[in-house]
Parts: sequence; structure tokens; C-alpha cells
Amino acid sequence: MEKKKILEVKNLRTSFFTPSGEVKAVDDVSFHLNEQEIIAIVGESGCGKSVTQMSVIQLIQSPPGKILGGQVLFAGKNLLEYGAHSAEMRKIRGAGIAMIFQEPMTSLNPVLTIGQQITEVIRTHKKCSQKEAWRTGVESLGAVGIPDAQECMHKYSFQMSGGMCQRALAATAIACRSKVIIADEPTTALDVTTQAQVMELLLSLVDKFKTSIIVVTHNLGLVTRYTDRVYVMYAGKIIESGTTEDILMRPWHPYTRGLLESVPKLSAEKDKPLVPIQGAPPRLQDLPPGCAFMSRCTYTLSECQNEFPMLRRVGPNEHWAACHLESGVDKP
Amino acid sequence: MSDATQSQPILQFENLEIHFPIRRGLLGRKIGDVKAVDDISFSIQKGKTLGLVGESGCGKTTTGKGILRVYNPTGGHIYYKGVDIATMPKAQISPFRRELQLIFQDPYGSLDPRQSVHAILKEAITSERRPHSSQEITNRIKELLQAVELDVSMGDRYPHEMSGGQRQRVGIARALACDPELIVCDEPVSALDVSIQAQIINLLIKLQKERQLTYLFVAHDLTVVYHIADVIAVMYLGHIVEMMDAKDIYCKPMHPYTKALLSAVPITDYYVEKKRKRILLEGEVPSPIHAPLGCPFHPRCRFATDECKRTMPQSCDVGGGHQVACHNLGTVTD
Repeated sequence: MEKKKILEVKNLRTSFFTPSGEVKAVDDVSFHLNEQEIIAIVGESGCGKSVTQMSVIQLIQSPPGKILGGQVLFAGKNLLEYGAHSAEMRKIRGAGIAMIFQEPMTSLNPVLTIGQQITEVIRTHKKCSQKEAWRTGVESLGAVGIPDAQECMHKYSFQMSGGMCQRALAATAIACRSKVIIADEPTTALDVTTQAQVMELLLSLVDKFKTSIIVVTHNLGLVTRYTDRVYVMYAGKIIESGTTEDILMRPWHPYTRGLLESVPKLSAEKDKPLVPIQGAPPRLQDLPPGCAFMSRCTYTLSECQNEFPMLRRVGPNEHWAACHLESGVDKP
Repeated sequence: MSDATQSQPILQFENLEIHFPIRRGLLGRKIGDVKAVDDISFSIQKGKTLGLVGESGCGKTTTGKGILRVYNPTGGHIYYKGVDIATMPKAQISPFRRELQLIFQDPYGSLDPRQSVHAILKEAITSERRPHSSQEITNRIKELLQAVELDVSMGDRYPHEMSGGQRQRVGIARALACDPELIVCDEPVSALDVSIQAQIINLLIKLQKERQLTYLFVAHDLTVVYHIADVIAVMYLGHIVEMMDAKDIYCKPMHPYTKALLSAVPITDYYVEKKRKRILLEGEVPSPIHAPLGCPFHPRCRFATDECKRTMPQSCDVGGGHQVACHNLGTVTD
């Protein structure tokens, strides 16, 4: 059965115009999210994964940033046709597409209680009394597994742990029954045990509220259990995409394989050194004409120098990769 | 660990306690204690690494900072090369501070934004109170930058001009500037990207081999600790609940908390992960102000019995230096 696409991004381009030149943070990025699906966008810091998501909900600071082109199709409409400050866009943020930010502590307002913040979101999007909004808030907090929801409404963010703040943010996202939740590095600042709890929570939201979720992360280890499909980004472009199984077990692009190998594993031999990806990502101001990963790649071919590899289909199940390699990398 | 116990350890903790008083009211009367570190004992051999693992708030960082006397221990002893540095007056501690260094979690927050790398390292080098010629300093900075695999031209940069990985390398170079014996690494890689993490871990291992360094490696990520540590101590609410050889952690964990921590570790093998059963810990670490009676882990433990609620389990040796503090070792299953 063909799944219904709930969000589709086509050829999105976002640039920042800085004194040192144009920074193409998002360069011709296309991806889609099906209903009741969790997808992951994976990449290192500065690869444009967060800017892509910010462009979707048009929270790019302008100047210096500008969305130069492309389409963001949500519920049959192209969101980029609405201006960033339009009333339509404001309605969609929070009620249609909600965002959970990286640092749960800093994305909550420390001088307002959790209750004040949740009811504010609810009352912005729904015509209801303060009392009703409060009740919905308590319900949402309960739904994300906060033990004493009533009491939590009166708390401030600094009185709660990181994991609890992350739950409160998720509660805000589901309070208005958002169709899509974008979680930007939802677990980076958290303990391993809390990470697992937060990811299980996101998974449960898909079942309970028929939400679709985009998880942005730099850790491929996190996607194994929870996501259906994975997009790998590097230097502003998507360089590989496919089902989670394909990406983890049959990576095609050397970068994907590098990411996989650099995750420390308990099953690995202890005295064997870890295999990092050498070097650092290139500066987006001066990208080489060919493949941006070339300088860190161990498989370099002659065409990598000048020819940018286009995304092409490399396997069944919609497995795509942007690499000149004939048969992909060996299995890690 | 068995053969190591014969030689004198470089650092030894004996029943260390670090309590913070809670004061209330106008007169600041003491109404209780936050028992951040409560009765922990372990030792590290020279050139080895002890990994301290646990969730936020379990006291692992406090333990690390206790060595440097950032926090004063309220009880117990820390023997560094046979000298008790826990009870020593603070004025006498400074000669030891050169040998005991710290690498911080947040490389951005721990470097002065208004100092160049050159100035940061110079300050650390000249902290040794003897005259340094400018040639000597320049050479030393060059040597330090090369040791942490940074380009020598990086010396002119400021922290904001560098990436997270580069900043952490500067943090490591600064710690090396005093030729330390022991470095406390406080979550040195948790703020970094996975791809960069591996670079820094490999660097730390290389430096240890070259310079015979001893590490106390504090982290919440078991996989990272597994790669770098020789001995792993698992902390929970100020206590060490299990301590073992790092090689044993994957196949022979015994404490229910260690098992839960292991199970929370994400793995990248799709087929294994889909079949694996996970133990999800409910709730959070209780506040150390209201620490539960008995075993600190019992409110979240699936195997807790009445005895766990009453008495604190003593740490017992189950062979090969593997120590576990649990009442129900026989009944704990996967």
C-alpha cells in the first residue's frame, strides 16, 4: 500500500549571506515524510540539518539568511508561498508542525511556569477558556509520562531535570495535536538512560496521536531502533537516503560508513582503536567543485575532483546515494 | 586487576565522602546534607585508566573534582603517591595541582574567549614559578600543539575560530602543559559529534601510551568508557555499585543498574537491535537530599526485595577484582 506523504520538501535551498561570502547551508535538499512514520536526518555539526528544519517552518533569521527556492508541501499547500510572518504560517507553527529543540533547558522560558507556557500555545491555536487550556495541558503532560502532571504545571524549567524538560516540550507539541513533530537533536544533552526514555516516548506518540516525526541527530546509533528511513546530510546536501536497514547494513557512501564506524561499540574488540572520520567538515563558503567529502574520503576516484556526484538509485527500496563509486563501500 | 594490586597505586580513595551542607533561614542553620559522594573506595595504577560511569547527579564529577580539592572532602582519604591530599591544608595543595590536571566537558566554556591559543598555553606553562625564556615558551607551545595533532598555525587563533574538536584538543594541550601525572577527564567527548569523539578518544589513548599518563575518565556513555578504561566503576547516587575489569562489562555485568545502563546503549547493528530486549529504567535518579534508605537503586530496581529497602548492600568480591554491591546477585536475570 502506498503511504501518504504528509510533508514533502523539494529542492530546498537556503543560504546565509555573510561578509565572507554566500554560505549555502541547504543546497537542493529534497525529502519527504509519510504519515505515522519516523525519519532521521543525520549529519555532523554544520552540515545544514538544523537549517533545513528551520527552513521548513521558516524560522530563518533574515538577514543574513534567505530561503532561495524550492517547495515545502504540507497538507497540499506550499508553505514557502506564505511569508515567514504571515498569519497562515503562524497557525502552522505549533499546531501543524511543532518543533522540539536541542537544549530542553534553554528552550523553555525560565520565568514562566510550564503551565503558563503550555496554555499559551494552546490558547494561541484554539479558541478556549483558560480552564480548558489548563486541562488539555495537564492531559498532555500525563500523556508524555510526567508522573505528577498537575504539580508539574506549576513548576519552572530549572526545577526539572533535562529529561523532564524534554517531555514538557513534547507535551507542548502534542497539546495542539500537531501532525508533524520536528525533534532537533532531542537527546544530545541527555544521559544514555534518559535518551532511551525520550526516544521511546517519541515512538509512543506515533501510535497514540498518529503523529509523524523527523528526528535530527548526529548519532547513527540512535536511529537503529526507532526510525523507518534515514537521510544522511553532508555539506548542505543529502548524500544518501534509504530505509534504516539499508543505511545501517548496506551503506553505499563512504561518509555513511565513516559515521557508522565512529560510533563506539561494546561488541568491538577493546584494544582496537576507534575509526574516526579524519579531518573536519569543509567550510561551506569555499566548497570544492567536485564531491565535498573528497578530502576526507579513502576511496577517492579521479572524477571526484571535478564532478559533483548526483544522487542516484543504488538499490531496491528507494536506496539513493550521491557517490561515484561503482558498487559502494564494503560492509563495515 | 589482580596482578596490579601488588604494586603501589598512584591514586587511592578510601571511604571518601563529599557532603554539601544545606543551610536554611536567617542564621544559616544546617538542616541536612547533600551526600554527593558517600563512602567510595577505589585505586588507580600508574599508566592505567579508571572509568567512572553514571547518570547526571550521581556524583561522578564531584569525585573527580574532589581529587583536585575543588571540593573539599568531608571524610575519608585520597592518597596520591602515598600522601593524603584529602586532609592536607589547602595551602599545601598547590605543588600537587601541577601533577593533577583536569579536562573539562565543555571546551568552549573552559577556554577564555579573549585569549588566543598561544596565550592560553603560555599561561599554563608559566604557572610553574621559574623564569622561562621566550624561546623556551615558543618551543614548548609548538611541541604541545604537535602532541595534540593541531597545526602550529592554530596558535594564533581564538576559541571561537575553532571547531569543537579543535577546542577540546587545546583543552588537552593545556592540561599537558604542566607535565601532569594524572588527568581527570570530565566528560571530555560528550559535547562532540560522534565522528570527532572517536578522534579525541584515540588521541587520549595515544597520549597515555606516550607519556605514561593516568586517567580518571568520567562519562555517562558506557561505550566510550569501555574503549578507554582498564577498570570501570559504575556510580549511582554517590555510591559505587559495581566495579570490574573493562573487558568484563559486556559479558559479565551483574548489578541490575549496570545491566540497565548497558541495555540503554544504542547499537548500530540493525538485526541485533531489532531482536534485542531492552530494560527501560523507570523514573529518574532520586535527589541525593532525600536518598532512599537501604540500597540507593531499590526504587527503580525490578528485583528489589524488603531487604533492599532496609539495608545498604556491602560491596563484595565475586572474583578477579569484580566487586558488586547487591543483595540479590543470585536472582538477578536478564
